[in-house]
Amino acid sequence: MNLSPLHLCLLFSSALFCVGLIGALSRSNAILVLLGVELMLNAGNINLIAFWRYGPAPAEGTGILFVLFAIAIAAAEAAVGLALVIAVHRHQRNIRLQEANRLRG
Amino acid sequence: MSAPAANPLPLLERLPVALRDACTNWLPESWRWLANSLLSIVAVFVVFATLFALLTLAERKILGRVQNRPGPNRAPLPFLGLRTYGLAQPLADGIKMLTKEDIVPRGADRVLHFLAPVALLAFSIMTFAVIPYGRTLLPVELDAAVLYFFAAGAATELAIFMAGWASRNKYSLLAAMRALAQLISYELPLLLSVVAVVLEAGSLSTSVIVEKQGAWLFGILPQWHVFTPWGFAGFLIFFVAALAESNRSPFDLPEAESELIAGHLTEYSGFKYALFFMAEYFGMCALSGMGVTLFLGGWQAPFPALGFIPSYCWFAAKLLALLFVFMWIRATFPRLRIDQLTRLAWKFLVPLALVNLFTAAFWVLSAGWAGPLAFARWVVAGALVIGPFLALGRRLSAGLGPRSYRYA
Amino acid sequence: MSLAFLLIAFLTVATAAVAMALRNLIRSALLLVASWAGIAAFYLWAGAEFVAFAQVLVYVGAISMVVLFAVLLTRPSRDEAEVTPASAGRLLPALITGGAVLGVLVGAIVGSPLRTTAKPPPPVTVREIGLQLMGPHAAALVVVGALLTVALLGAVVIAATSRPADPGEPR
Repeated sequence: MNLSPLHLCLLFSSALFCVGLIGALSRSNAILVLLGVELMLNAGNINLIAFWRYGPAPAEGTGILFVLFAIAIAAAEAAVGLALVIAVHRHQRNIRLQEANRLRG
Repeated sequence: MSAPAANPLPLLERLPVALRDACTNWLPESWRWLANSLLSIVAVFVVFATLFALLTLAERKILGRVQNRPGPNRAPLPFLGLRTYGLAQPLADGIKMLTKEDIVPRGADRVLHFLAPVALLAFSIMTFAVIPYGRTLLPVELDAAVLYFFAAGAATELAIFMAGWASRNKYSLLAAMRALAQLISYELPLLLSVVAVVLEAGSLSTSVIVEKQGAWLFGILPQWHVFTPWGFAGFLIFFVAALAESNRSPFDLPEAESELIAGHLTEYSGFKYALFFMAEYFGMCALSGMGVTLFLGGWQAPFPALGFIPSYCWFAAKLLALLFVFMWIRATFPRLRIDQLTRLAWKFLVPLALVNLFTAAFWVLSAGWAGPLAFARWVVAGALVIGPFLALGRRLSAGLGPRSYRYA
Repeated sequence: MSLAFLLIAFLTVATAAVAMALRNLIRSALLLVASWAGIAAFYLWAGAEFVAFAQVLVYVGAISMVVLFAVLLTRPSRDEAEVTPASAGRLLPALITGGAVLGVLVGAIVGSPLRTTAKPPPPVTVREIGLQLMGPHAAALVVVGALLTVALLGAVVIAATSRPADPGEPR
């Protein structure tokens, strides 16, 4: 089997994606779930860079711009997500997700 | 290292690079770049480690002078017994630090407790890589050098958190939180004042930024950024923020010697404490070097006639002058309270830096104005700097009478 | 394939996996920061300098701080930040799902003939990125700026306590 560098980059990103997925599904702590999602987002960014690097039109730098925007979105997501975690903690004194099942504060 | 200029440089200017090439010429071509980079790293490290040792002495001497006492002057040189104005004091300090017991609290997170000073020092050394020390002396030529500088500096916050958490001492953790609040608050004006320079120079590369400050007005006056309205304001904002970022007085609350024990460094002793100390001085040197590069013309000579002095000498002179101001300020100003500290950052420096960004944009857009319009350009830019300064300063000090303490 | 890439990939995935399995939340978060730094190293390896530094600045500098502060604010007891490990009832389905997804992804990647250009990394300078951002992608840039502002305000509103401040509080 002969794998190109692009294949290896994609395998790397899918491994990272699955680590994030397993973490987000198995842990009950809200912060860890959020970090797992964050990891999956990063794996997506790796794909963008890999396709930019080995793709047909690397001179345009579209992949770089995509990743820059994705990083900005991820920062916003982390800020809002962690604010939500803190709000949940204020209501129920812990951040276990299986207990966060009420819509009313 | 950057490529040499077209016309042959004088001998003194070429000397460091020539020395390096003489050392690595015998190596095969493929290995030479590695040897060259290693030599640059060693040179930077040796120079700044020596500077650190001398700075600790200079700081104590200067503080002593300001307070009308001689400062350290007793440590004799080993085996000679000569008391050369305390020049051997750094040596004595080093031996004392190295031979002290290294205490780790019983409940501490040993790995993180060890990792914190190491990470801090490693990242503060990394910031030295992109500062142009001379016309031909730039360790790493990067397209995004300014971004690299602040990315490497961002890891110091992590190290401080690690130190506070790993000590397992609630006072350490509280102090680390306070230090982080301070660092994060002042990161903003620091970056915003730098963005103005990037806007002017149109580049994130430090070598380009220095080159752009190389022109002469009327053939005699230097065109450094600090000599423009926005550059002057930007430099002051940068300098105040740099004071706070490097935990220097009057912003040294995180480890206020006379009030807290040592803040997040409470549980550190011996060599690890020395590493923190060293990283702090390195951070101060790196920020000063960046300030010199961005605002004070880097390695450019102040007058065309003085161009025969090698560029790295000018850089060193500016750096040392800036470091002297750091120490002077430490000897002069009292410490701020934590509320005054955050107030100064968020209500004064951040808005001022934002306005300064507009001023810099105006300056760039009006670059082509000539004749009386050039005069108008200075007036408008100056008004844009002084007006907000006065308005914000009035608001900052409004209602700040003597404070009544409820719990004291 | 260069050794550097394999090393970066291994370290990144390993730190992420260990971080997801640890009980100590602070160590988890710090290991994840190491993993993010590893991803930045990958960007450097791939020749995307600017993105690498942006990744370090945003993730190692900013997001890590928010995460660590959140961990400290929500820890169960004063002294430690330990949480219960994943229960078997959650871990098993998670592992099965993750393994299945990984299997599908790996199968798809290995099975697809990806044409690659063997050119060296193209030099995309910061200047070009800036021109692209300000030219064709200016609208997206404005939207991202607005989004970040709204997210920041929203985060402050959500996380701030509704308790009125003590009127006697010193300013």
